[in-house]
Amino acid sequence: MADAPKLVNLTVDGKKLTAPAGSLLIDACKNVGIEVPSFCYYPNLSLQGACRMCLVRVEKMPKLQTACTTVVAEGMVVATDNEEIKQARKAMVELLLGNHPLDCPVCDAGGECELQDMTFSYGAAESKYMEPKNHKDEQQWSPVVFFDRPRCILCYRCVRVCGEGMDVWALGVQNRGVSSIIAPNKEDHLECEECGMCIDICPVGALTSGAYRYKTRPWEMNHVGTTCAHCADGCKTTLGVRRADEGMEIVRGDNRDKSGINNDFLCMKGRYAFDFANHEDRLTQPLIRKNGKLTPSTWEEAFELVGKKLNEVRMRDGGSAIGVIGSTHTTNEENYLLQKFARAVLESNNIDHHRTADFPALAAVLSGKQEITASMRDVYNAPAILLIGNDPTEQHPLLAWQIRNNVRLHGAKLHIINSEPIKLRRQATSFTQIPVGAELNAASFLAGDDSALNAITASASRENWAALRNQLRNTENLVIIFGSEIRGAAVTAVTHLASSISGAKVIALADYANSRGASDMGLYPDLLPGYHPAAKSGLTLPQMAENAKSGKLKALYVVGSNPLARFHLDSQIFAGTFVVVQDMFLTETATIADVVLPAANLYEKTGTITNTCGDVQIVKKASEVNGPKSDFEMIVRIADAMGYDVRNLVPFGRGETADMGQSRGAQSGEADRHAVWLQANNLEPKLSPFDPMAIFDEIQRLVPGYRVSRLNLLSGNDEHTQLSQSGPGAKHDPALIVPAHDNLFSSGTLGRYSRALNSVMENRNPQPAEVAAD
Amino acid sequence: MADLVSHPDEVRVVSKRFGKGATNIDRYIELDGYKAVRKALTMEPDAIINEVKNSGLRGRGGAGFSTGLKWSFVPKQASKPKYILCNGDESEPGTCKDRLIFEHDPHAVIEGVMIAALAVGATKGYIYIRGEYRYLSEIMQKAIADVYAKGFAGKNIFGSGKDLDIYWHGGAGAYEVGEESALMESLEGKRGIPRIRPPFPAVVGLWGGPTVINNAETLASVPHILLGGAEWYANLGPPKNGGTRLFCLAGDLEKPGVYELPMGYNLKKMIYEVGGGIPNGRKLKAVVPGGSSTPILLPEEIDVAMDFDSVAKTGSMLGSGGVVVLDDTVCMVKFALRTIKFYQHESCGWCIPCREGTDWLKKTLIRFHNGAGLKKDIDNMYYLSENMLGRTFCPLGDAAAMPMMAFVKKFRKEFEDHLDGKPCPYEKASEEINRELAVL
Repeated sequence: MADAPKLVNLTVDGKKLTAPAGSLLIDACKNVGIEVPSFCYYPNLSLQGACRMCLVRVEKMPKLQTACTTVVAEGMVVATDNEEIKQARKAMVELLLGNHPLDCPVCDAGGECELQDMTFSYGAAESKYMEPKNHKDEQQWSPVVFFDRPRCILCYRCVRVCGEGMDVWALGVQNRGVSSIIAPNKEDHLECEECGMCIDICPVGALTSGAYRYKTRPWEMNHVGTTCAHCADGCKTTLGVRRADEGMEIVRGDNRDKSGINNDFLCMKGRYAFDFANHEDRLTQPLIRKNGKLTPSTWEEAFELVGKKLNEVRMRDGGSAIGVIGSTHTTNEENYLLQKFARAVLESNNIDHHRTADFPALAAVLSGKQEITASMRDVYNAPAILLIGNDPTEQHPLLAWQIRNNVRLHGAKLHIINSEPIKLRRQATSFTQIPVGAELNAASFLAGDDSALNAITASASRENWAALRNQLRNTENLVIIFGSEIRGAAVTAVTHLASSISGAKVIALADYANSRGASDMGLYPDLLPGYHPAAKSGLTLPQMAENAKSGKLKALYVVGSNPLARFHLDSQIFAGTFVVVQDMFLTETATIADVVLPAANLYEKTGTITNTCGDVQIVKKASEVNGPKSDFEMIVRIADAMGYDVRNLVPFGRGETADMGQSRGAQSGEADRHAVWLQANNLEPKLSPFDPMAIFDEIQRLVPGYRVSRLNLLSGNDEHTQLSQSGPGAKHDPALIVPAHDNLFSSGTLGRYSRALNSVMENRNPQPAEVAAD
Repeated sequence: MADLVSHPDEVRVVSKRFGKGATNIDRYIELDGYKAVRKALTMEPDAIINEVKNSGLRGRGGAGFSTGLKWSFVPKQASKPKYILCNGDESEPGTCKDRLIFEHDPHAVIEGVMIAALAVGATKGYIYIRGEYRYLSEIMQKAIADVYAKGFAGKNIFGSGKDLDIYWHGGAGAYEVGEESALMESLEGKRGIPRIRPPFPAVVGLWGGPTVINNAETLASVPHILLGGAEWYANLGPPKNGGTRLFCLAGDLEKPGVYELPMGYNLKKMIYEVGGGIPNGRKLKAVVPGGSSTPILLPEEIDVAMDFDSVAKTGSMLGSGGVVVLDDTVCMVKFALRTIKFYQHESCGWCIPCREGTDWLKKTLIRFHNGAGLKKDIDNMYYLSENMLGRTFCPLGDAAAMPMMAFVKKFRKEFEDHLDGKPCPYEKASEEINRELAVL
């Protein structure tokens, strides 16, 4: 165990306090509630000493000292609040305001501006200057980044977060003296990852967001903390929503709440790509195919039709003639409900989803063993990381941030094995390039199979490989992260390596916001929630397509997925299949559907999602578009339309003690357990059939890995689930995994309908890369 | 190339080879060159440091820190290479002494670097020359090439088994880089912006290695100390202010030029005897004692010994040895503007008070001198300077604030005489200043 840090005693404003040796005075003060103002100081970025706001008087020092660069020392006596210091702060604010335009009434930052706050706190209400302010024109650096130059106070936060935090280094300073100016890397524009961290970190309104600027004032928005809907990393995000004609519109995404697993971080998608919600192509009315044409209809008509048709097929051809395809963008509760609906109502195990990682294989190795999955927070603190496959910079921006900043701030050792020279190699202690597709060989070698190298490396580099393996084996608390290149047997090999290292943990990388949840909640033909085997296996997604082709699949229910585009299916094969699609847009799959039901997205509903590491987090309803319904409601309504007692689907209703465990529960023959469990956990039965928390109750009861602190979860914190408590998992055909290959600026269907993402893509490439979508 | 001047009171130590062709390495060797370094090679490093410490040599760049003490801060054992860095970024207005050293006696600087390297265990020495001194860098390059050719630098210097590389590096035209940590940044190829201290360069300097940074004149003095002995050198000046100093006499003088005088030489005598007094029968108005950043002195304040401690007692500083003499035709508002304009132009822009403060001072002074000044401007300018002083990231802000405060304090009446649209009451305004003001 590491020794507790040595403490030093100091006195600040007459208050005696202790602080860890080596800590900065500004932090020591903050920790005891003494505010020392600053612009340029920002935790975890390099020190600047530039803004001079944090000047304090340290006894025995001839001049005022900057608290942000002063390290605490034993016996130090500090004053932070006397006339001299007040005057110094006031003078700094006066000097800044001298050239800073006072366009606060129209400035984006007005109301959440640090310079405003400082002016309010430290005075400088009167200007001493008569000359005109220095003016420079505003610049647009990218579709999403604008720079209003005169507002800049040169705190260099943007420069540092871009360079040190993002390893992009797209910002710098030009000229000198009063002409000093922050400048982008390509003459008049940015060529960067468009993460927008520079905007977020700007203390004033100098850097503004193309998606948000001049749209509203901060106090006119509601700020809803939720989880990002895009990749599988699960960044906490705060959405600024405002009333609009069509409901509640999201006007801004940021992460003002720094408590999430992403801390300061958000990427391009999390920050700007919420605009799909209000895209003009958004479906707001159910569509029914009449005379070959999709025609707007009422919800009642649509549900009645779907219920009738599904009942017909089930009774005539049996549940095996119905297929269900779930989503990687719906909540855990919806996914759980969907598979329960399939199995209990449709009486079909034909359920699948777009798989992007081999979680069943991981569950198979870990089931009943010691828990060795790592959380996203672990990645930031691990002493060493082994990354096999994937390019986190493009596909897992938060993961890349965690790795990069762990290396930078904590000196973690990063070892990379990849077929491409990915950007993270710049942080790596070792980078080993392997042929495409050789990940299994690499994993097997690391797990102890010496012969595995034969196919992929010349004998000359064998020593390096052996050295790497030795080093890894001796690295306690190593976190091993692997992309979808590692599947099936390779998962076993990697996990064996991890089990042989004390404290080592693993992360399997999937591609979408709730890919992990879809998997954990049993969107598999052969696996129930929690990776328990189903009594009888149903059809996989490709098998459903085959059955459709041969005329055996009579109905297909697609929730938030676009299999036609993703799996390049011929639309003709569904000619004899009754297809129901729930989606936000008329996707390729929706186009061939018989009924299309407009769905709410992840920002328009409440529930939980699980990131690729297994960290479960809450999503809160932030916005609303009039018309669409949540998938949860639609599933329940269809069950109802089929004449099913929805009380058996969603455990709700006062005083009910009926068996509501129809998924695993029904199959294991349990009864009344849910009511008993609720009582034992001091929980009330839910009152609405549309209450996702009723299903979450059931998930927590039946998926032991999800028995996390509900209090913590509902407070907006992340809770790591335990994959080791799952059932025995399964070995699947590795070919069933189809990586999404999204990059920083693409995101399946959501990305296709995001103007922000498209504008950046167009700006970069005349021909935006074509991206298959879900 | 500047004409050399002389005066009987001069004590020629650093300037003893000026005008004697010492840029030629053989001539330099004839004139006792590279003897001191040979002697240093026979000495223990601590003995060299002690000798320099005892000589009372203090930094000639302006701060006046004991050179020997500075060297002693360098750790004996270091995981990174140690460096000697010669600060030849001479840019303080009124100062032109290092220029003569580079021009007439470049090998003395190189020899000083070598001795410093031996004293602290450095294996690399850099001589950083101000960008505008391009014509001097050729002299330095030639000198370094000659030193390598003789086997005095590189591997196994003087056959001693020790290695020492010497490089020169040109600046890019920033006054700020005369500040030692900014100089290191510049040398590393970055923007010339000072570093946060601590850590000090002696511990973490160039490329993270322990580094000694000394002014060119300081290093050029070192060989003489080693040859003449610490006691001899110390006794040239008053206590704690050993040796001689190159004083750059400029402004309204009969005989301006660079004179080497003992430390502690009387300023009044310097002006009236060495510099030949004020021409055209004019009266003395004020004296800048040590470069433009040092607060100006009134005629009644100039009966002072020019050593670090005595000048400090007047509220000014000995600074870099640039003595600027102003006669009674000089407009002090214009002079203040000229001074502030320099600092405004040279502010690196890193910290708020210097970046913004110098700019507002300049703007106000321009308006003020143009006759649109208000009474409150005078107090505002003082207030601004007062709020810059001691609060900037590096001493450049102080360098602007200190003289500005002195101008207002000592010449308040002259500022008031400019109020209410009155024309500048001082006729003399050199063509040069007028031209520069026109483009402001």
